[in-house]
Amino acid sequence: MSWQPNTNSADVSQLSTEEQQIVELVARWVDHEVRPVVSQLEHTNTYPEALIEQMKQMGVFGLAIPEPYGHSAVSARCYAQVTEEISRGWMSLAGAFGGHSVVSKLLLRFGTDEQKRRYLPRLATGELRATMALTEPDGGSDLQAMRTVAAAVGDGYVINGSKTWITNARMSGLVALLCKTDPSAEPRHRGVSILLVEQGSAGFSVSRDLPKLGYKGVESCELNFDDCRVPADALLGGAERHGFVQMMAGLETGRIQVAGRAIGVARAAFDDALRYAQDRHTFGKPIWQHQSVGNLLADMATQITAAQQLNYHAADCVDSGRRADMEAGMAKLFCSEMAAKVTLDAIRIHGGHGYSTEFDVERYYRDAPLMIVGEGTNEVLRNVIVKQAIGRNGLT
Amino acid sequence: MNVTVCVKQIPDPALPGELDPSTNTLKRDGKLILDESDSYGVEMALQLVGAAGGGEVGIISMAPNGEVSGMRTALAMGAAKGVLVSDPELSGSDALTTAKVLAAAAQKLGHADLIIAGTESSDGYTGTVPEQIAEVLGLPSVTFAKSVVVDGDTIKVNRQSENGYDEVVCSLPAVISVTAGVVEPRYPSFKGIMAAKSKPVDTVTAADLGITPVGWGGAFQQITGIEQAPARQAGEIVEDDGEAHLKIVAFLENLKVI
Ligand SMILES: Cc1cc2nc3c(=O)[nH]c(=O)nc-3n(C[C@H](O)[C@H](O)[C@H](O)COP(=O)(O)OP(=O)(O)OC[C@H]3O[C@@H](n4cnc5c(N)ncnc54)[C@H](O)[C@@H]3O)c2cc1C
Repeated sequence: MSWQPNTNSADVSQLSTEEQQIVELVARWVDHEVRPVVSQLEHTNTYPEALIEQMKQMGVFGLAIPEPYGHSAVSARCYAQVTEEISRGWMSLAGAFGGHSVVSKLLLRFGTDEQKRRYLPRLATGELRATMALTEPDGGSDLQAMRTVAAAVGDGYVINGSKTWITNARMSGLVALLCKTDPSAEPRHRGVSILLVEQGSAGFSVSRDLPKLGYKGVESCELNFDDCRVPADALLGGAERHGFVQMMAGLETGRIQVAGRAIGVARAAFDDALRYAQDRHTFGKPIWQHQSVGNLLADMATQITAAQQLNYHAADCVDSGRRADMEAGMAKLFCSEMAAKVTLDAIRIHGGHGYSTEFDVERYYRDAPLMIVGEGTNEVLRNVIVKQAIGRNGLT
Repeated sequence: MNVTVCVKQIPDPALPGELDPSTNTLKRDGKLILDESDSYGVEMALQLVGAAGGGEVGIISMAPNGEVSGMRTALAMGAAKGVLVSDPELSGSDALTTAKVLAAAAQKLGHADLIIAGTESSDGYTGTVPEQIAEVLGLPSVTFAKSVVVDGDTIKVNRQSENGYDEVVCSLPAVISVTAGVVEPRYPSFKGIMAAKSKPVDTVTAADLGITPVGWGGAFQQITGIEQAPARQAGEIVEDDGEAHLKIVAFLENLKVI
């Protein structure tokens, strides 16, 4: 264990003592275990097996799973802060448990008792990992137009279609597959269901790892379903036609997680920039004393703090049991745009070194745009926000 | 096998520390954390109890303001219970009083086959407390343990020395001090953190332990002055003209390390 200074940290003041300790533990783990190895893993695009093992040991994969299935369920606020800390080390590691947590929530909230017993205890330890498959080659935003179809045949379903950009697909033993069980339903979302497809099901294959700008070390893949047979009890909750609504509820957690990732990346960029601006001297003074650089730092600090408060607010809405799609959408929108700006400004402050792959800031800059695109693009989220604002006739 | 570990709770070294000008000692009124030096003792104790296949690890600490944050870290790692001695009367205690308090706390906690302490704390230290605890309790002590194996009623300790290590066999119960870095302290699990909440920590005063605090006045040691640590000197830079290796060898010989 080492105790290194953290120039900024998540605001843990409103967490329980145990949750504060969890966030502090993860922060310490990140400084000691992740930051020393991240650059090497990133630039060799290596799957971080040892780090994922340690995350399993600590309980990161069980953060959304309460008793009797797991032992370390935390509030959404704590979950957001753990995500922030991990992402401050390496965003890819936060990606490794994002979809997993959404699938855990789906099972908890909508799964049959049998489905909960079957999957949740192993998901909680990370022995079994899970991912969610929504996006298709022909579209991710227009999910209702999806083409993957599960036809009821005998005592099960036969699935045909393909999915793309599915993160952790090779490492996951369980895929929560969004598909159509009734392609002719109107409105279209009424025909959508979620099937729990296990790795190794006949006719299901992971075909290709997609090359990408950042988010290295974890795989994002194409999935193919070719007359893939699953039993009837693979249907989440045992009822068809609820898949779209179920997934949208699960994505509240997903969006808070993605917002947390954006904050973590931005904090890392700010930490590096703050240090560099004190170490680097030009014209006889540390560069932070040049007003242009100081202003960048001031704006970064302000944006990060605002982003944290917005995400914690969304998390508190989830914790209070209220509908939180607008709040989670706002958090994901604001935090991801913030991170894109802050990471670019961190490059500005680092000058030429900012563009060097021997420094970390270029990685933050490459990782930040994923949070704009993933878990619902920011354009689509604006649609969600404005619809809610109109529907609620205001902000409350 | 039951093992008791002495754990000191200290101000977070990552934060700027401050001295109290009236006593010349470190201010300890903020939140305290588990001294990294003691995390090795906790880990070693957990490993020994694990290898013995039964028993438990207990922890003892003396700290101001009823502080248990650092103890909770040790409990989250797997210790089962603790005794905290917290008493304003104890402020200013010297190493001997600290040893008496910890010895009494160890007895309060219950029988242990082995008591483990760190060689020295990170924040302020004399490096003598473990041996004094042993003396107060009338137990044998082994310092600078770098590895420990339990063998029936004895322990075999490899004791770090300047030139290598001594192999020491010692009867139990005993007190040992472990050096930093001998084991890799585990990260607690979240489950461990949550379970620590319901583990018992008995908070007692000096009077509860039958100890009369002597405070600043009665201490056998005094802090007569404090000085800034000397600034680090710039190192010598050698340009490699093909002969640099000779200079490195000469430098190391001068340090008597080769
Ligand atoms: C690295 C990575 C990992 C991913 N991991 C996963 C995963 O694990 N599981 C998964 O299911 N998906 C995953 N995705 C997919 C991601 O969720 C989609 O890329 C995203 O939802 C956008 O879908 P699309 O790529 O089809 O873009 P499109 O839907 O084709 O959008 C193209 C553009 O049009 C805009 N647009 C589309 N419709 C509207 C509209 N109605 N109003 C305004 N603008 C609109 C979009 O905002 C975007 O700017 C991942 C993507 C990436 C890059």
